[in-house]
Amino acid sequence: MGVALVLALIVAPEDADQGISQRIFYIHVPIALTAYFCFGLGALKALFLLWRRDERYDLESYVAIHQGTIFGALTLVTGSIWAQASWGVWWAWSSNQLVLFLVLFLFYCAYFMLRFSLEEGPRRARSSAVYALFGVALIPVSFLAIRLAEDFIHPTVFTREGPQMSGSMFVTFCVAWAAVTLLAYVLYRVELAGKRLDLDLRELRESLR
Amino acid sequence: MSFSQEELVAAAYAAVFVFVLVYVAIIAAKLVRLQRETSELLELVGRRRTTASEEIHVVEPSREA
Repeated sequence: MGVALVLALIVAPEDADQGISQRIFYIHVPIALTAYFCFGLGALKALFLLWRRDERYDLESYVAIHQGTIFGALTLVTGSIWAQASWGVWWAWSSNQLVLFLVLFLFYCAYFMLRFSLEEGPRRARSSAVYALFGVALIPVSFLAIRLAEDFIHPTVFTREGPQMSGSMFVTFCVAWAAVTLLAYVLYRVELAGKRLDLDLRELRESLR
Repeated sequence: MSFSQEELVAAAYAAVFVFVLVYVAIIAAKLVRLQRETSELLELVGRRRTTASEEIHVVEPSREA
């Protein structure tokens, strides 16, 4: 993460068009991609739960979606700041990609409302899994919205011709993406271990009563 | 209220840093709670063991008799 910060803030050349504000790209895009990945992972674990009927996937799906929501919130915050720097507004309702990402984020926020409104058990696990699977349909729509809607406000960096940036910028982006993915993985493992330990302790306490 | 480009870049990176810091603080608080609960359970198991061994000591002489 430290290397990524040094590359993004010091080493990477300044963008000729956007100036210094383009440096937000190195944190905003990796975080957005990680959020998509976490939501996708949550849906995959939900599919495993429904398919294999193994309860452990419920917790894994929940933690992945929780991570996705955290990274989704960060995407909205960093994106909003970048919008202010580049376009002079904090939010643009006319941009389909922004609105679709907000819809995706709110959809997964509602996942927690659904989950915590049901009694703990197999019914809650199955309902949460089905909801998580519905949400995954929004991911490609949100990701491809900019291309489908020909939105000119939000910039398109990765096209069919490859990344529209210099080599050093692309290396910085890759390092930042790896760092954010690693951070997400570590947070996922730590949260999952904490939740499992919590469940084990609860079971132990009940058996000792 | 207008912000300079540098301030906005700093704000974006600071927002990520604060989010991660808060998350780590929450996880650390949870770990402290789990540690406390584990030691409470260990204490409970220890007390039960002591009680069980005392019961055995009480029962064994009467068996011999």
